[in-house]
Amino acid sequence: MPGLLEIERKGYAVADALVTTGWVAEHLDDPDVRIIESDEDPLLYASGHIPGAVEVDWTRDLNDPLRRDYLQRAEFESLMSRIAVTPETTIVFYGDKNNWWATYALWVFQLFGHDNAKIMDGGRLKWQKEGRELSKDIPSYPPTQYKSPERDDKTFRAFRDQVMIHIHSGGKLIDVRSPEEFSGERVHMEAYPNEGALRGGHIPTAKNVPWAKAVNPEDGTFLDAGQLRTIYQEQTGLSPDTDVIAYCRIGERSAHTWFVLRYLLGYPSVKNYDGSWTEWGNLVGAPIER
Amino acid sequence: MTKKLQEQLETLALFSDRAERIQALIAIGESFRNNAAVPRTSNTKVPGCESEVFLATEPEREGLKFNFAVDNPQGISAMAFAQILDEGLSGEPLEEVVQTPDDIVYQIFGRELSMGKSLGLTNMVRMAKAEAAKAKPRG
Repeated sequence: MPGLLEIERKGYAVADALVTTGWVAEHLDDPDVRIIESDEDPLLYASGHIPGAVEVDWTRDLNDPLRRDYLQRAEFESLMSRIAVTPETTIVFYGDKNNWWATYALWVFQLFGHDNAKIMDGGRLKWQKEGRELSKDIPSYPPTQYKSPERDDKTFRAFRDQVMIHIHSGGKLIDVRSPEEFSGERVHMEAYPNEGALRGGHIPTAKNVPWAKAVNPEDGTFLDAGQLRTIYQEQTGLSPDTDVIAYCRIGERSAHTWFVLRYLLGYPSVKNYDGSWTEWGNLVGAPIER
Repeated sequence: MTKKLQEQLETLALFSDRAERIQALIAIGESFRNNAAVPRTSNTKVPGCESEVFLATEPEREGLKFNFAVDNPQGISAMAFAQILDEGLSGEPLEEVVQTPDDIVYQIFGRELSMGKSLGLTNMVRMAKAEAAKAKPRG
């Protein structure tokens, strides 16, 4: 199988959480595989995508249009039906910005238990760099019937009260924002707008590893497991035997790190605190370190 | 706002269907020609735009020619917007260029942009306006 060895050589805990661009190219017509593009740029998918790929838009498809929350079961079932996925379908996400939005989409899908989901290593950047085909044709698939469980907010998602308990119970926190945001010098990502956090700094005891450190900037692929262990374990002090909560500004960048810790390094208990700094930095009385 | 830019917005507003509007914007983006002559310096770089956008100006008719460069091949939104700004602002009266509202980004791309994407595009408008404000009115 093309690329399988390439992924296995990287030594990940869950080797089949990733597939290569070559693997995807071999499965374009596989009825049991659905390729999904999820981008930040709303024009990218329509400008050309992997042939047969469908789009999942992070705002229109994954978020509640009113409340700060994700879609509910009925909306998820409707989405899965529209993109012609069954519970048995293997989903492969890819996207722009080093798969930032692809891993975010995968995390949301995991809240509904669709764990037969993978990331295409390198995302859109690698696919394009390799000169592989892009298509503007919007595929049409017969809708499926998809029955989903209720959204599980306990296994992979953390809320502020849990974070508060986590601090006092010695759990590990990883802040994946920039060093400037972590130190409190900024309350938002460099060159990004201030989304309203009144205080700068980080959650007490958190360690700082910016999310993009997990990626080779040249082709968007993930670092191998040894390199990741050096960053997250040797340099940062995380270990698979402790509970870890990742956070950033609004929970998107930290979904990328959640994927790295859970699948590439095999941490059994890692959650994403999607309230993140836009919530914590505004909470009255919440402890903050700088 | 310049009349030319206003006309462009009115044309885009005719596309009430999101998919059609996206196709129209992609067509505009694909008509963009990257300007190799634009200096890639910290002074010409549009801040906050991850698509590596640069802007240099030169005198043209009543105002300025807005020469954009977009170095990220995946920066299709930035390319479309650079084309719209070039066509809508170049050569137009500077006092009209500086009146361009920042929220044309939302009028063109909709409200479903990420915060980062909207800021990068907004900064393209702001930088064009700043260049117009710096240039002395001629004539």
